[in-house]
Amino acid sequence: MSAKAESWGSRVGLILAMAGNAVGLGNFLRFPVQAVQNGGGTFIIPYLVCFVVMGIPLLFIEWSTGRYGGRYGNHSTPYILDTMAKGRIWKYIGVFGIFTNIAVASYYCYIESWTMSYVYHSVAGTFSGMDQSQVAGFFSDYTTIGVSTTGIPYEAVIFYIACLLLNTYILSKGLGGIEKVAKIGMPLLILFGAILAFKGLTLGTDGASNLFPDANAWDGLNFLWTPQFDSLTNPSVWLAAAGQIFFTLSVGMGTIHCYAAYMKSKDDVALNAVSAGFMNEFVEVVLGSLIVIPIAAGYLGLDWVLQNAGFGMAFQTMPYLFQQWGEVLAIFAGLFWFGLLFFAGITSSLAMGTPWMGFMRDEFNWSGKKGAWSFGLIALLMGLPTVFFFNQGVFDEYDYWAGTVSLVVFAFLETVLFAWIFGINKGWAEINMGADIKVPIFFKYVILIVTPLLLGWVLFASVPDMVAKLSNDDTKNKEWFADAYYAENFDAAGTKAGVVDSVATDFVKMSFQNEKKVFNKKLDKVEVQTFTDYKSYGFKQGQSPVVAVGQTVKPGDKIAEGEFTNNVFYKTLGRLLLVSLFAFICIVVYRAFIKRRKEGRVHS
Amino acid sequence: MKTEAIITMVAAQGIVTCFMAYFFYRVLTTKPKPEPDSYTDNDEETERQKP
Repeated sequence: MSAKAESWGSRVGLILAMAGNAVGLGNFLRFPVQAVQNGGGTFIIPYLVCFVVMGIPLLFIEWSTGRYGGRYGNHSTPYILDTMAKGRIWKYIGVFGIFTNIAVASYYCYIESWTMSYVYHSVAGTFSGMDQSQVAGFFSDYTTIGVSTTGIPYEAVIFYIACLLLNTYILSKGLGGIEKVAKIGMPLLILFGAILAFKGLTLGTDGASNLFPDANAWDGLNFLWTPQFDSLTNPSVWLAAAGQIFFTLSVGMGTIHCYAAYMKSKDDVALNAVSAGFMNEFVEVVLGSLIVIPIAAGYLGLDWVLQNAGFGMAFQTMPYLFQQWGEVLAIFAGLFWFGLLFFAGITSSLAMGTPWMGFMRDEFNWSGKKGAWSFGLIALLMGLPTVFFFNQGVFDEYDYWAGTVSLVVFAFLETVLFAWIFGINKGWAEINMGADIKVPIFFKYVILIVTPLLLGWVLFASVPDMVAKLSNDDTKNKEWFADAYYAENFDAAGTKAGVVDSVATDFVKMSFQNEKKVFNKKLDKVEVQTFTDYKSYGFKQGQSPVVAVGQTVKPGDKIAEGEFTNNVFYKTLGRLLLVSLFAFICIVVYRAFIKRRKEGRVHS
Repeated sequence: MKTEAIITMVAAQGIVTCFMAYFFYRVLTTKPKPEPDSYTDNDEETERQKP
């Protein structure tokens, strides 16, 4: 067993690193959108309930499990779980705690690199004078590899590699490097967030324009915070709240275990866990709710927010909104916003490197530098397909399987292990060992019953979606290579048909009746309006449309002929890469097991 | 802003901020534990992974 080579420099450093691990882009982008889509102000009730019965218990479980494993010289989940239960299977379940981190880091660093690039473009004044569609178009050009936005060839790839190199370099400096970044990054993130939140809170009707005369930031805040109590009885709202709590705390990844494994054996976990958890909640509920939604509603109106709220707003809309503050303030606002997202991103991505490094040091005596650079190399190999084939759906595939499903599966299994196999009495003693606060006994029974049931429900409810993903239900073009292209769904349900509006040799544009949400201020409620929407398809050389203007097209109807490589091909490639990574880590864990057996360190 | 929206926002953000401030206050004011004595503090750590 290797000696405990490293430990945290200070308690505040550890808490900031843990909070930095949890605080990510989702705090600013996912939470407000989830709230808008799930009952506005009422969403906070199931959200806080889920934080208490699922979030805090999972934090207690992961912090204490990590510290327990660290006591035996194990700093990553395969052998942390192995020390907690008999049976060889647990070390392979622990593989999730390394796999998820490498897979997520590989595409998460791509988003992080966008924030780096957008800081540069904000300061360089690239967005100056651009209208809303040009700013949105900039993002789409940026993610289309080969299209240069500012004369830098393969700009997205260069920024991605630079971002990965920065992460790897900091990781090679060990826990000290991570702690330093957290101590600088977290206060700056809160400062930048507070400045932008103040603007969001005080913007009011100042952003209204001729184009959007009714724009009002307080409409956004009203919609976000007015309770709609009827949504409390809707199970999907509770599921959304549970999902948000789950993803915002970065539980089920293996990073918390790894960080906690570097604590001293009698250090407090209870107070540290709730401190880091509530810091994440502060960033999410206080800062996250006061930036994107009110600022967007303040310039573009609430209706625009209802129709466009989503992840893309950060890069496709915010730079345009900042331009409305004047040239100089736009530079600072861009710097604050993308700087904030960068710090949120890097404190999370650094955490993702540590489980692999910890495992290789524990089992094969790899140095921190060797561990860090090998992590960077694997992440690069895994991540390049998400960069090159971003528009083909590889990025989303990684995000779904590694960034969503894998987390839920692992969290469910580790909770069952902690509460029912390791045993709740031993687990409860572990949580309370060295605790600087008295943990209410209520949590013992929550961990035993409520948390596993809630996680089981989240997992069970995700199964139909997983099946649909695997059978490619989201597309009508299911073959890898085809000689015809079929119209995709016009709406989510796939029941609407379209009419060909215009045809050229390289594109087809179809119109269809779509629905959009608008807010009726007089009645104080959201209404659905029907409007004519358009869907376009672009074609390359060797592909030609086979539809005529005025023709009615249903989902699944042939619209073009030629040689096609469908997105399903790239998505399958992404899935195979993820499976290969998981298998590779299983083999590494098996090699470690063989090594331990030779050294007489195997107990099962 | 509407009154009920202000009440919900202030209540939710107030709860979260108060808890965070309280826990950080506890972290900053709790005295660090003495370094563990390797002869006594680790006595109970005998189970699993014995060489």
